[in-house]
Amino acid sequence: MKLKKISDNEWEISKEGKMQVPAKIFASENLMVKIKEDNTLNQIKNVSMLPGILKYAIAVADAHEGYGFPIGGIAAFDLDKGIISPGGVGYDINCSVRLLKTNLTKEGVLKNQKKVADSLFRKIPSGVGRGSKFQITRKEINKLLEQGAKYVVDKGYGFEGDYLNMEEEGCIKGADASKVSERAIKRGIGQLGTLGAGNHFLEVQFIDEIYDEKIAKLFGLEKGQITIMVHCGSRGLGHQVASDYIKKMEDEYGFKNLPDRELINAPIKSQLGKDYFSAMACAANFAFANKQIITHWIREELKYIFPEIKIDVVYDVCHNIAKFEEHFVDGKKKVVCVHRKGATRSFGPGRKEIPEKYRTVGQPVIIPGSMGTASYLLVGTKKAEEITFGSTVHGAGRVSSRSMAMKNIRGEEVKERLRKKGIEVKSGSWKALASEAPEVYKDIDEVIRVVDEIGLNKKIARLKPIAVIKG
Amino acid sequence: MKNKVYAKKFKFLEHTADMKFQAFGNSVEEVFENSALAMFSAMSDGKVAEKNKFKVKAEGRDYENLLYNFLEELLILFDSEGFFLAKIMNLKIKSKKLEAGVIGDDAKNYELAVDVKAITYNEMFVKSDGKKKKWTAQVVLDV
Repeated sequence: MKLKKISDNEWEISKEGKMQVPAKIFASENLMVKIKEDNTLNQIKNVSMLPGILKYAIAVADAHEGYGFPIGGIAAFDLDKGIISPGGVGYDINCSVRLLKTNLTKEGVLKNQKKVADSLFRKIPSGVGRGSKFQITRKEINKLLEQGAKYVVDKGYGFEGDYLNMEEEGCIKGADASKVSERAIKRGIGQLGTLGAGNHFLEVQFIDEIYDEKIAKLFGLEKGQITIMVHCGSRGLGHQVASDYIKKMEDEYGFKNLPDRELINAPIKSQLGKDYFSAMACAANFAFANKQIITHWIREELKYIFPEIKIDVVYDVCHNIAKFEEHFVDGKKKVVCVHRKGATRSFGPGRKEIPEKYRTVGQPVIIPGSMGTASYLLVGTKKAEEITFGSTVHGAGRVSSRSMAMKNIRGEEVKERLRKKGIEVKSGSWKALASEAPEVYKDIDEVIRVVDEIGLNKKIARLKPIAVIKG
Repeated sequence: MKNKVYAKKFKFLEHTADMKFQAFGNSVEEVFENSALAMFSAMSDGKVAEKNKFKVKAEGRDYENLLYNFLEELLILFDSEGFFLAKIMNLKIKSKKLEAGVIGDDAKNYELAVDVKAITYNEMFVKSDGKKKKWTAQVVLDV
């Protein structure tokens, strides 16, 4: 493999063999050390071999090994010659992050820190396989899958303003519940309003640094203000949609000619390709609705402690998704199918997809750090639209395995360490806590420095945790 | 002479983000059984009570596909019924069709550290030593 350094933060794997296009990696020398260690480079090279891929396959600064596509992998495909791949979206479809702002201040919440953590932990189901209080019938869930966040808002779980401030306004169009299997529904129907486990979390934070006063003001944010971040996805339903379509595509097309069995795909124009998109959209809408229910419960619960509390959605971004978007390719504007796996959309000012009130400054981009470290609010840029099909990183990215972490780190010790830093952590499992210890992730500050330097994003604010609920 | 080829039922290997295991067995049935046990031990590694019983069926066009489908059936049982596996009874594989009885307990009774989202085909294999006496399966779980 020929890996060339193009500039400080840009690397290229030259086109060779079956590669249709080159592959590019946007990362610093520092972050490349880790990226080179696992299978990331091979995986992004494999992506560049897929039919109809445009310009180049992309891995961003937080990239690490996944299955099929690497995490932090981005690829855009031509609608006529290109493909859509469940392995390019991921199993946790629309694993995503929502940022809420409150009218509370750091001082007000610190006085009630433990109470806040305890009550949110009690109210919001988290962890592996914990059931939900949210009940929905088999017939009604079809509507939820097709309407997303709006469906639950109409049922009294929030306000219109909530879903207007989400990517795709909380509903990906083209969702068709008849394309989702009974097995997928069986896995997900009892999981609405649950965080799940793994890297999912709910975090109470305060704004400790503002980098751009003007834009922060437009988002309604200022130093010392309390924000809440929710990271979760489409739970068992999304996982099963991915599995179902991987199998269907294997039956239809086989995998013999693929560099990796997990890169199974279908032409975008084929019936199976269209069906997958419709089912994927349902799973994405499930994830939007899931976070909307959680948002409603956060509002309910925190009212007991802070009767005057007001909570609004700043924005909500998708991580694992395929989208039809307009981009410039060879100087011409055209609609392409962008796959973002462990990557975030990062549109610059003016795009019609951005809520009107934010449109002049660019799309809000929410990047969570690892547990106990800072998270960032940024905006997208024109540069990102030019070089990464309007995409950027999604978080810190893992550097070491869960099994290693669970062997070498104790959850009790992680909790104590974070408490000393002023952070209250709640989790149903010590081992789960250990597996998400801050040291198993890349340095978020370095990841953010790099995307800011490349110009994929512009920094707006830094958010520091006070209370963390881990799945 | 019956030689016990493997003392270990399974072991976990390094993987940055997900969990990768190898399961072993003296027959294809045994390697499937041990793969199922490995998957549940990724979630929680204590002893599990034997209270509930289910029947599981799966089909596949090759052993990898069959293993994927079998493990997926168990995941669906876990998500929809809260079933946590203790042991497997009478696992039979005939012309790529599998049937087994599974015994376990309600997952609520255990501390679960890892949520298995899906089985993947990434680096997956099911193979034997040629004499079909030593079997190894490798699976990466998306967690």
